Amino acid sequence: MNAPLKQHLIDPEICIRCNTCEETCPIDAVTHDDNNYVVDATICNYCMDCIAPCPTGAIDNWRVVTQPYSLDDQYSWSDLPVQAELEDGDSGVAIEALEDEIGALLEEARKGLGGKAVAPSSASKPTVNLYNRGKPAKATVTGNFRLTAEGAESDIRHIILDFGDQPFPALEGQSIGIVVPGEGPDGKAHAVRLYSVASSRDGEKPNANNLSLTVKREPNGIASNYLCDLPRGAKIDVTGPFGATFLLPNDPAANIIMICTGTGSAPFRAFTERRRRAMPGAPGRMLLFFGARRPEELPYFGPLQKVPDKLLGKFFCYSRVPGEPRVYVQDRIRNERAQIAKLLGDPQTHVYICGLKGMESGVDEAFADACRHASLDWQAIKPAMRESGRYHVETY
Amino acid sequence: MLGLFKTPTRRVALADLPLQGEVKKEEHAMNLMLSDYTTKIPNNVSLAEDRQVLKALEGWHPGYLDWWNDMGPEGFQESLVYLRTAVSVDPKGWAKFDYVRMPEYRWGVLLAPQEEGRLVNFGQHKGEKAWQEIPGEYRAMLRRLVVIQGDTEPASVEQQRHLGKTAPSLYDMRNLFQVNVEEGRHLWAMVYLLQKYFGRDGREEADDLLRRRSGDADAPRMLGAFNEATPDWLSFFMFTFFTDRDGKMQLESLAQSGFDPLSRTCRFMLTEEAHHMFVGETGVGRVLQRTCEAMKAAGIDDPNEIAKVRALGVIDLPTIQKKVNLHYSLSLDLFGSEVSTNAANFYNAGLKGRFQETKIDDDHRLTNDIYKVLKMVDGKIAMVDEPALTALNMRLRDDYTQDCAKGVERWNKMIEKTGVSFRLELPHTAFHRQIGEFAKVQATPKGVIVPDSEWAKVRDDYLPSNDDGDFISSLMTPVSEAGKFAGWISAPKIGIDNKPGDFEYVKIEAA
Repeated sequence: MNAPLKQHLIDPEICIRCNTCEETCPIDAVTHDDNNYVVDATICNYCMDCIAPCPTGAIDNWRVVTQPYSLDDQYSWSDLPVQAELEDGDSGVAIEALEDEIGALLEEARKGLGGKAVAPSSASKPTVNLYNRGKPAKATVTGNFRLTAEGAESDIRHIILDFGDQPFPALEGQSIGIVVPGEGPDGKAHAVRLYSVASSRDGEKPNANNLSLTVKREPNGIASNYLCDLPRGAKIDVTGPFGATFLLPNDPAANIIMICTGTGSAPFRAFTERRRRAMPGAPGRMLLFFGARRPEELPYFGPLQKVPDKLLGKFFCYSRVPGEPRVYVQDRIRNERAQIAKLLGDPQTHVYICGLKGMESGVDEAFADACRHASLDWQAIKPAMRESGRYHVETY
Repeated sequence: MLGLFKTPTRRVALADLPLQGEVKKEEHAMNLMLSDYTTKIPNNVSLAEDRQVLKALEGWHPGYLDWWNDMGPEGFQESLVYLRTAVSVDPKGWAKFDYVRMPEYRWGVLLAPQEEGRLVNFGQHKGEKAWQEIPGEYRAMLRRLVVIQGDTEPASVEQQRHLGKTAPSLYDMRNLFQVNVEEGRHLWAMVYLLQKYFGRDGREEADDLLRRRSGDADAPRMLGAFNEATPDWLSFFMFTFFTDRDGKMQLESLAQSGFDPLSRTCRFMLTEEAHHMFVGETGVGRVLQRTCEAMKAAGIDDPNEIAKVRALGVIDLPTIQKKVNLHYSLSLDLFGSEVSTNAANFYNAGLKGRFQETKIDDDHRLTNDIYKVLKMVDGKIAMVDEPALTALNMRLRDDYTQDCAKGVERWNKMIEKTGVSFRLELPHTAFHRQIGEFAKVQATPKGVIVPDSEWAKVRDDYLPSNDDGDFISSLMTPVSEAGKFAGWISAPKIGIDNKPGDFEYVKIEAA
């Protein structure tokens, strides 16, 4: 069986034939006859240039197919075909990745959700698996900085990757795959590793075609050591972007509670940066509960201090400061239980948990406690939040 | 410096969350200081370095804001509207969606990228290099073209300013406001050209664009259709379908201009004009959809059972046909007289081409060509051969008619799908005209000339009567709950920017 392909299609029922997409497409993948405007699947490279200019939204349609629809098929349509059931297909589930290898990784990371992952209703539509192992993007390392203090036990790094003129539309909360060159002892290529994007969709620097990652060097970690040792100017293979649910609500009224440990902070740096750039003064509240062993090991500690409280309420929790009691994220959540319960009762609130699997149960219990004090039922709230795309987990 | 364009609240928020080292921080600070004008007024014409134009625009801007506050959308200036803003002309910067208060909309000056080696493609200068400055002999002519186009942009905002109060949904309200701010941006585009290339005269014309008012007895807008009221939402949809489509045709032919800055300006405006076509085509389509579905549900098969259909709280199809007749005929008048030496001169001079000039296969000079034009000959409507040059208005009008017909055909397909037996049609060219050959006669939509006495009797069969207007007005009650629509119009098939059905496109009460 052919590998499934995400095919770009135009909805003839909604299209007004204004020619904007055909005019916009840089590689002439869009064409038309007297009846319809259509996309040639053999040419389209998913650069997404045509999406935003389309006045109708007809352009933003996708079907996962094993055999792409031909131009003649598309010319003959008066409306779009429904998504065919694929083998193992599970309709209604957001497609987070097209490669099985990656899909399995994300599924594992979402296990703590306890149900089907749903994107926030106001989230932007993600591009998924634009690049794969067979056709990776080539990124250039343009920065590699140590984030943790010199004396700290852990080496956590901020790595900036530039994509040159290749489109790489990654939304905050999405991940990318790192292809480590070479083979393992079994003679097989190394598995692709996923890293959350730590920068806003318009780039690490606004309007640059780059993104950043937060990478912790793991003892004997193949991908992490590969990444942490990359010099400036190094070229690497990248796949993705991946993920279609752990995404930022595009609504300034949305409250966002973010809970993380260590490098789990990456997507939250992206969230915060996006909101700061795109909707300063947004009425929605953003809270960050951030756990680390010591301040010296908390990535972005310095810059975070400078983010105004108005934009982001920050709660740092340290578990290994000599002479001080161990504080975990769940402890700080309990301290803030009045504020937390009020937010959890608000239908505008979104919760995101990212980091070590170990924190899941503690956080869950802390939420339950906070709710109990406010006479709310967390066991009822949580699934409702999840089903409406407002509860998200990505842990490892 | 540039005090008008400061965005005070945002600078504090630019804390350096990214850890990028000290050098980057300094860059940040530098950008902040330099970026006032260029961030508030997105532009790709190096405004920051063009001191003279910058000064002129700065001088004009307060008047523009006054005009927007006086004549822009009434009652919603403080609301947060989910708008699309173009911040650059490349596809990525094309459409940034976010909540914006309309007076804070970033009206930009954006020209399509300059094409290397572009030529004058028609008229007596065909083959010369396209002009980056205005040839002295064409200055007056060109100014006239820019002013006429520019005058229509604020006019439609004025015509539509009361509609927000009766919006059938937040979705429609947002679309209205999007059209309004884009018309505002088109005014900016024309004003930029006036101030950049026409010196003192241009600055005066730019001020006059803010002085004239749609429908004003003393200082009306320049073209007839832009002094007509837009009393209700069906009129708005018809206006965006028919009248804005004239705008599209005019822009397209100006985009052919040998004066390169005008061409580049109009090319970028066209991409926005497509949104207006969308609002019109889908707006009327959704009204038709709702009417047909209500008729089916009530078991009414005959579209002419007007009273019964109206009792359902939807707009009957014959009345929609009358609105088509009205707006189409008003829009035909915008193309001017059948025979026009002005049009010939504009073309000869290389200033205004034909629709998609470069895709037409001929000599692009037209000196010996003829074009068939409908005229009055001995009291009858007849096709007459005219020199192609003086018939250019008619050629553009014929292209316009074809473009309209395609949209009408989509509507008919939609009606057919619901199972209702009715077809909308464009009326005859001679029907209800105020300008040109047919201004002095009365013709039916089929093109049959009738005496004035007879016309008085049948007028209300073909054009909306006062009663029709009153009925439509009676339906215009606002719906402002997210995801809900007035009973006379269907929900759209898809949201703006792919938003879900209950998305709050306008936060009306945002403080």
